[in-house]
Amino acid sequence: MLPGSIIDKPKSTVVNKTGGWRTFKPIVDSSKCIKCGICEKFCPEGIIDIDPEKGAIVDYDYCKGCGICANECPVKAITMELERK
Amino acid sequence: MVMVKKIMEGSHAVAEAVKLCRPDVLAMYPITPSTHIPERLSEMVNDGELDAKLIRVEAEFSAISAIAGASAAGSRVFTATSSQGLALMHEVLYAASGMRLPLVMVVANRALSAPINIWNDWQDAISERENGWIQIFVENVQEALDSTIQAFRIAEDERSYTPVAVNMDGFYLTHVYEPVDIPDEKDVREFLPPLNYKYKLDPERPLTHGPFAYPKPYAEVRKMQFDAFHSLIPIVKEVHDEFAKKFGRSYGNGVIEEYKNDRPITIITMGSVAGTVKEFVDSRDDVGLVRVRLYRPFPKEEIIRAIEGKENVIVVEKDVAMGSGSGALMLDLKDAMFEMKDRPKLNNVIGGIGGTDITRKDLENAINALKDKDNKVIWAGV
Repeated sequence: MLPGSIIDKPKSTVVNKTGGWRTFKPIVDSSKCIKCGICEKFCPEGIIDIDPEKGAIVDYDYCKGCGICANECPVKAITMELERK
Repeated sequence: MVMVKKIMEGSHAVAEAVKLCRPDVLAMYPITPSTHIPERLSEMVNDGELDAKLIRVEAEFSAISAIAGASAAGSRVFTATSSQGLALMHEVLYAASGMRLPLVMVVANRALSAPINIWNDWQDAISERENGWIQIFVENVQEALDSTIQAFRIAEDERSYTPVAVNMDGFYLTHVYEPVDIPDEKDVREFLPPLNYKYKLDPERPLTHGPFAYPKPYAEVRKMQFDAFHSLIPIVKEVHDEFAKKFGRSYGNGVIEEYKNDRPITIITMGSVAGTVKEFVDSRDDVGLVRVRLYRPFPKEEIIRAIEGKENVIVVEKDVAMGSGSGALMLDLKDAMFEMKDRPKLNNVIGGIGGTDITRKDLENAINALKDKDNKVIWAGV
């Protein structure tokens, strides 16, 4: 650790799986997804990738369930469902 | 070595010192009695004497936040404040020292409300004694100027990376005119090289300042700071000694100053009242002085050495540690004395509160009270 808790290497938070904070989970309906990439750009965690075949893929290890992707999706392909643990 | 002697107001001498140190960013919110420092520095920037970015802020919280941010970006920074202004900075003072940012501030010491009072005592600085800033208390205008230059060196030393507050008594030092030696710009440039902050925010080499920390890493960072803080005393001395060699002026050993301290009674104090005490000491043959120059980190070992074998010690201070039954300097001294085999008798004078005078009579009363069996806390000027 550096003085002043300065972090000089990126991705130090990947060890904390923040997906556990989620209350609502984004579910992508790949049949509706048009692979436009808007959700990928808006995701504040940067954990959505666009697969050329399947469309939007969410990394649930780090998705906090904010719902921005569902809100921005122009074809309503993403729905927020209550997380069941 | 070129020196120019000038008659100068304390605040203007500090501004002159800051100018010589070539800061990149200034952010100050004027508050009595520190006002003349930002006033003079603003003039210097306006007149093109000082090439620095001056950020106009709406309060002290913004002032300290602005320079903390600028410091993280690798700038040499400065601010000045007093009393309620310092209290308003409180939250960011901890953040800055925890992030190990090399900030420099001059505090023109003033009483805290209530009742509202603009005059000098040390309650503002004393109330910040656990915030992880180095605190220096100066005796006169020349020392305020010299200590401001030293403060940048201490803060910016890679072994330190700790913010420094230079405390000067409000009005007694900020508004007094004294002859001062203004060091030559070239000499200051040699003494204080350009800042090369190792952890500056830089798009070419991204890093994170002030992240969230879970309990264990938080505790680890606090311990790192705790350990580093106590190792700062030799750095303060080293910078002081190097300054003395280059500019020909010294203040005791850099952390304490002893004056005729070979006598049975020792008065311990800080700041400008040491001048009054020196005159008192000169008028008698039973009293000497130990002036604490470095208040944080507290130089315990130096002070124990200075009072070893003494029968009587009187602590004169301009603050109270509410609830402890004494002043805060007294608490530090009692803590230091725990390690001593034969402890001296210890009286405490709380004086100069809210700008009251500390007189020869007050000091005489404290000496007469040494005859009593119990240790006493004497309020002067009340």
